[in-house]
Amino acid sequence: MTNKIKNYAKGHRGITRMTYVMGTILSLVTIMAFALHEDEKPFVASKKIVVVKDSVASVAAFHKVYKVLMSPRCMNCHPSGDIPLQGDDSHLHTMNPQRGVEGKGLYAMKCANCHQPTNTPGKNTPPGNPNWHLPPANMKMVFQGRSPYQLAKQLVNPKQNGNKDLKKLIEHADDGLVLAGWNPGEGRTLPPMSHAEFKKAWITWLTTGAYAPKAK
Amino acid sequence: MISLNVNDQNFEIDADPDMPLLWAIRDLIGLTGTKFGCGVAQCGACVVHLNGEAVRSCVTKVSRAAGQNVLTIEGLSKNNDHPLQIAWNEENVPQCGYCHSGQIMSAAVLLREKPNPSDADIDMAMAGNICRCGTYPRIRKAIHMAAELSKKGGITK
Repeated sequence: MTNKIKNYAKGHRGITRMTYVMGTILSLVTIMAFALHEDEKPFVASKKIVVVKDSVASVAAFHKVYKVLMSPRCMNCHPSGDIPLQGDDSHLHTMNPQRGVEGKGLYAMKCANCHQPTNTPGKNTPPGNPNWHLPPANMKMVFQGRSPYQLAKQLVNPKQNGNKDLKKLIEHADDGLVLAGWNPGEGRTLPPMSHAEFKKAWITWLTTGAYAPKAK
Repeated sequence: MISLNVNDQNFEIDADPDMPLLWAIRDLIGLTGTKFGCGVAQCGACVVHLNGEAVRSCVTKVSRAAGQNVLTIEGLSKNNDHPLQIAWNEENVPQCGYCHSGQIMSAAVLLREKPNPSDADIDMAMAGNICRCGTYPRIRKAIHMAAELSKKGGITK
């Protein structure tokens, strides 16, 4: 009996110790998760992306995403034709530069001939980025003219989105050319929300199931 | 000091890294064949080759060209006998002439990448080079002639 009590007491102390250790670990994980959240990098830091399906939240997030993607700063380089668009009214780019096979222009009309690694000073001068280009000819990734339903479907189809899986799609929010949309050079409007808001909506859409709004 | 290789010659220039390449070429190196037109990459008068590509030197910072190879109209051929220069002369292409160093430098990239261009190819390649005199039909004709000439002699630039 005495031995049983001792064993029970030993076991009880073991459980208490384990609970304490587990609690400490959980607290640390929570603190780390919070820290990552503060840095807005939880999905990049985490190797495993957790998708919790929620069609209502997903569609609501996509409507925000759609507003940004259809703004001139994004859509102008995702035209339905082979000539980029230009300006806040998304007119055809003056001089009619062509997409070319790689999306970098043709002959004497290559993007980087005018578009420098950085924005050129002055109003409506060529905006700059070291990687300025359109999507390539074999995967045009058209935004222009796409309905919310069509664009949502297209964005998650690797055969239409540049072979991107969920992880790459999430990372794409921080792509240099995407970020350039929020540094468009003088004389151009910004997308309709901040990059942080866009990224949040983008990740929310993707991690709640990437639901497409209903086709109309 | 910034090192530039222009027309196969090395230059050390004392310039602000943000200076337009055009100013370095014209004012510091003294090659004035390349012209200033609009200053905002809209007209093509200032086209030079940077590592073989037809960049607009009015918006290209000299820092982008540091240590790279620049080719201007003066270096396109040793004796003004590049097929494009011969064709330009034969067809009497220029009127005032101001835009034509840029026109020829753009056409040189076209012929290098498309040795036998169609009218559509020429239009696509040359749409960014504006000519106020409207010499476009003669430019097109001269590019076709240069393509023929280059079949015989070849184009190196």
